[in-house]
Amino acid sequence: MVSDIIASLVTALRLVTGGDPNLWSVVSLSLEVSLTAAVLACLFGLPLGAWIGVRDFPGRRLVIICLNALLGLPSVVVGLLVYLMLSRAGPLGSLGILFTPTAIVIAQTLLVIPIVAAMARQFVEDAWQEYREQLTSLGVTPTRAVPTLLFDLRYTLLTVVLLGFGRAASEVGAVMIVGGNIDGVTRVMTTAIALETSKGDLPLALGLGIVLITVVLALNAGAYALREWSIRQHG
Amino acid sequence: MVDGMFPLEAHALQVRVGGHEAIKGIDLNLDGRGRIVVLGANGAGKSVLLRTLHGLIAPTSGTIRWAGSDRRPASQAMVFQRPVMLRRPALANIEYALVVNGTSQTEAELRAREAIERVGLTQLGARQARALSGGEQQRLALARAWALRPRLLYLDEPTASLDPGAAAEVEHIVGRIHAAGTAVVMTTHNLGLARRFADEIVFLHEGRITERTPADRFFNEPASNEARWYLQGELPWNTASPAI
Repeated sequence: MVSDIIASLVTALRLVTGGDPNLWSVVSLSLEVSLTAAVLACLFGLPLGAWIGVRDFPGRRLVIICLNALLGLPSVVVGLLVYLMLSRAGPLGSLGILFTPTAIVIAQTLLVIPIVAAMARQFVEDAWQEYREQLTSLGVTPTRAVPTLLFDLRYTLLTVVLLGFGRAASEVGAVMIVGGNIDGVTRVMTTAIALETSKGDLPLALGLGIVLITVVLALNAGAYALREWSIRQHG
Repeated sequence: MVDGMFPLEAHALQVRVGGHEAIKGIDLNLDGRGRIVVLGANGAGKSVLLRTLHGLIAPTSGTIRWAGSDRRPASQAMVFQRPVMLRRPALANIEYALVVNGTSQTEAELRAREAIERVGLTQLGARQARALSGGEQQRLALARAWALRPRLLYLDEPTASLDPGAAAEVEHIVGRIHAAGTAVVMTTHNLGLARRFADEIVFLHEGRITERTPADRFFNEPASNEARWYLQGELPWNTASPAI
């Protein structure tokens, strides 16, 4: 059994380093959809979280509780909801985007928005405690403070962006439901790993796993280094 | 003189902070002339008074009127004991304050350079503001406030966290800001600074003004027992008034 794993690992490394076109097409699609979803989620989630972080409004606590609860949202439920919206009989069925990369992006974006918003809310709210008096004294309204705080916390929030990307890239359930795992069209790393493992093709599954982990590790290492640099530079 | 800021009239001002009545019915008029230093023991309500006048804390009751209007004018600024700097270069911190107050970017850059030069930080304009020393950050905070061309500047213990050299520089800059036409209201525990700087002393005790007198008279013949005890360092500790 151990020798099987080692043999699979060696083959996997050969696939990765040898530039196997099948493997790299899956990797490239994965990165494309996950990055798009992470960017879209940040476009919505960062301002939303920051706004909740600085504003006082009726029901704010309830909104925060709901936002935090959404962190544990089962991905298959999101997948199912997106499926129902995009299926032929659904309200957005006429768009014809079910089982396309666009559907995967939508599902991943919906999954990542709560993560980005909840974490941005926490970071910005903490910073607002420190900045509030000074910014208010300069005539800055809470709404105007949102872009200021997002910019000032940019290196910290990069971690949030990467977390969002990591969540999107590692998603299986929702992606399987709305993407359909169609070879060459909607097959991404996670769904391919699930499929290849079930077929017993461990080398390809392991190869994809190695790439997935490497990408996530490299991005996080980069973010960590950037954050360390920013602390040295900006205090 | 009616110019949108003065006379500043606070009437029957009461302020509760965190369930504690920090200001207990204050009447205060400012005509924009002279340098006013607010003195009082810890918890007397000095900082709360300044924050309330500046609009950072809403009064529980009472009124504040600026030149007869209850609309707070933009022509006032405040510098805190520990200024908060944005994570950007020193010059950009001043530019930011100007731009959010409606100055164009080009004009803001020009005025920021002038302001930073006035406080002697020209060489540090490109350096990250948070990497500056405490004294430099306080001078930068003064430059930021000065660049806004306020009619009235509140200073909340601006030298409290500084070494004597840095404190002297801050005192010098504040004097120049006042000489340039800005009214100054400052709180401090530094009696030497108060004696050198103030034209008038407002003395607070347990949320009330116990006296407002010219500085010379205050230091030579304080009218209230509380002020006398305070100057002698013998003001009894008031357990009902936590430090604010």
